Amino acid sequence: MRFLLGYGSCGIAAGAAAVAEALETALAGSGHALEKVGCNGLCFAEPLMQYIDDEGRDHYYGRLDARSAASVAARLLAGEVPEENLLSEEELSFLTGQTRIALRHCGLIDPESLAAYEGAGGYRALRAALSGTGAQVIEQIRISGLRGRGGAGFPTWRKWQAASEAKGEKKYVVCNADEGDPGAFMDRSVLEGDPHSVLEGMMLCGFAIGACEGLIYVRAEYPLAVRRLRIAIEQLRAAGLLGENILGSGFSFDFRMMMGAGAFVCGEGTALLASLEGGRGMPRPKPPFPAQSGYHRYPTNINNVETFANVPWILENGGAAFAAMGTADSKGTKVFAMAGKVKRGGLVEVPMGLTLRQIVFDICGGIRDDRPIKAVQIGGPSGGCLPASLLDTPIDYASIGATGAIMGSGGLVVMDDTACMVDMARFFMEFTSKESCGKCTPCRVGTTRMKEILDRICEGKGEPGDMERLQGLGESIRDSALCGLGNSAPNPVLTTLRYFPEEYRAHIQEKRCPALSCAALRKYRIDAAKCVGCSLCSRKCPTQAISGQIKRTYHIDPAKCVACGACRKACRFGAVELYSGEAAQ
Amino acid sequence: MALQRNKPLDLAPADEVLSRHPDPADSLIAVLQELQEAYGYLPEDVLLHVSHQTGIPAAQLSGVATFYAQFRLQPPGKYQIMVCMGTACHVNGGQTVADAVEAALGVPEGKTTPDGLFSWEKVACLGCCSLSPVMMINGQAYGKLTDEKVERILEELRRTDGGEG
Repeated sequence: MRFLLGYGSCGIAAGAAAVAEALETALAGSGHALEKVGCNGLCFAEPLMQYIDDEGRDHYYGRLDARSAASVAARLLAGEVPEENLLSEEELSFLTGQTRIALRHCGLIDPESLAAYEGAGGYRALRAALSGTGAQVIEQIRISGLRGRGGAGFPTWRKWQAASEAKGEKKYVVCNADEGDPGAFMDRSVLEGDPHSVLEGMMLCGFAIGACEGLIYVRAEYPLAVRRLRIAIEQLRAAGLLGENILGSGFSFDFRMMMGAGAFVCGEGTALLASLEGGRGMPRPKPPFPAQSGYHRYPTNINNVETFANVPWILENGGAAFAAMGTADSKGTKVFAMAGKVKRGGLVEVPMGLTLRQIVFDICGGIRDDRPIKAVQIGGPSGGCLPASLLDTPIDYASIGATGAIMGSGGLVVMDDTACMVDMARFFMEFTSKESCGKCTPCRVGTTRMKEILDRICEGKGEPGDMERLQGLGESIRDSALCGLGNSAPNPVLTTLRYFPEEYRAHIQEKRCPALSCAALRKYRIDAAKCVGCSLCSRKCPTQAISGQIKRTYHIDPAKCVACGACRKACRFGAVELYSGEAAQ
Repeated sequence: MALQRNKPLDLAPADEVLSRHPDPADSLIAVLQELQEAYGYLPEDVLLHVSHQTGIPAAQLSGVATFYAQFRLQPPGKYQIMVCMGTACHVNGGQTVADAVEAALGVPEGKTTPDGLFSWEKVACLGCCSLSPVMMINGQAYGKLTDEKVERILEELRRTDGGEG
């Protein structure tokens, strides 16, 4: 029997450290050791232990704390299969509905052990490739149809081909691990749960294009990922799989890691290179492309974490096996980070071509509290908000692109009817205007102007013509910004204008927020039928806006109310209600 | 700040950082990260010293230091609080958490409390979206926050430090 505990930074944040201690105590002397593994993506049930019995059957115990973990472990050791904390079959459909390639080892092997990775087939692809040619590696990647998983979706083999053909006395492989999209965490999970797969993917790329060094640009906000990468690199060196003339193949390669310092724009390839060279992370016009002139002007190939993690699998199983999954233009699988109002959030890896509805409802169990689904935000700040009517859109590059959103890095934030689409657009413009590097005017000034207009609309100061102004500004930025991030920055506004125009109109013309979300446009009132006159709300009110007499109905003075919501939270009878619009005046 | 000025900064840690980097201009971000590690922030005097020692113009140092969110030009609190403003946290009430932190500490974002105990800032995404809304204090993440929970956590930390200072 085996006991595996999810020990990624998300699991640790959910309390896995105390659970680990309890489990280790419970297992002491039993001859079984607790295996700390990476996150297996069932974030909704963390801290989570996977128990594999002697027949190889899996049992998942979720939402553990020290006490329940100790009790579960003791009973398992005694030969029982306790029901407490056991995840139901329905909850496990989250896992069984997935096809895992990039995440193939996450949560299943010890990420700090080279032996564990090799035991699962690791570095076989590299050993095999080293006895062949780089062109053969690129050919398999071409057959696989793999496209860059960082956002733009450029065919990976073409980049590799260009870098291999480019002339330069040195070449570099760069791994973009600066996962900056708010709402995306799949790269962190891969780095924490299976760092060797990324390193092997980078080495295969290095061999294919003739590079001597791999540079990993990783977010400083991911300390555990940094630590596990460091351990993995040291293990490779100790095992003789790094350095000069690896395994006598004539191929020499080494890694260098650099921590990003917090700038969203560094996800753009040329900005990332500027940052690697010690400067401000600002993009430059292309061409020349990094494949011709990248890190210190040498030919450089940049891919992101998920892309590299797929590579060893493709070479091990053949490009055709990867291409057998997915759709005509989008092959293989894609990892999505599911967050927001879904019942089961976490990491979902599915073949391309599944619909949004299948992911949200079949895998993630639908919307929390069974509220109606309103929208899905796909692709992060460069992506778009899609309405419920587009839930049957298949997830592939072309279909998502046709909606005005982008696949992006795979963040999927699901929203119910309490989310205001104008506020979401404002939120993303606040993010992009803050993160704009300032180099080109359309992005620097344009995103700020758009954010100011959206601020006004959310405050109830929208003016006729605001929607047209937003549309015009958005289109200008899209067509004239210097880099891909600037071009896509207006997407959240353009998609919400396209799919939720009535919500903008309600804010602008009626000063009403239909989702009751915008603080300036909502008011509270007390339902006389429900109020019992307990006075609790008036005592909680920070502005003394609520008056009344004990055992009689209380009233809120709209002039004094600051809409903080303290009364609504305090009321035990559900008598305080929210409203917005005409009646609010 | 006045106090800081009176006490001359020890520049030995800065020299030690520089000694580890043969080409400090090329690894400037790592240099600044290590300086911040040593001093807790990037004091102006240290940046000027680095400029003298390396020949990197002070304007370039300042340009890089102000470009990235990670670098602080003022001393942080003993407890550094990062409130996540990622998409998932936004949808689940990240702003409420930020408001609660601001109310509890009484200082605006980016500032340190007068007792030097707390500083706080909003950050883009901490990557623990399924625990949203989230904040991180000195590297430890706290999830599924409410305004009451924030108050409790900060009060706890304040009490822990009650005897000191």
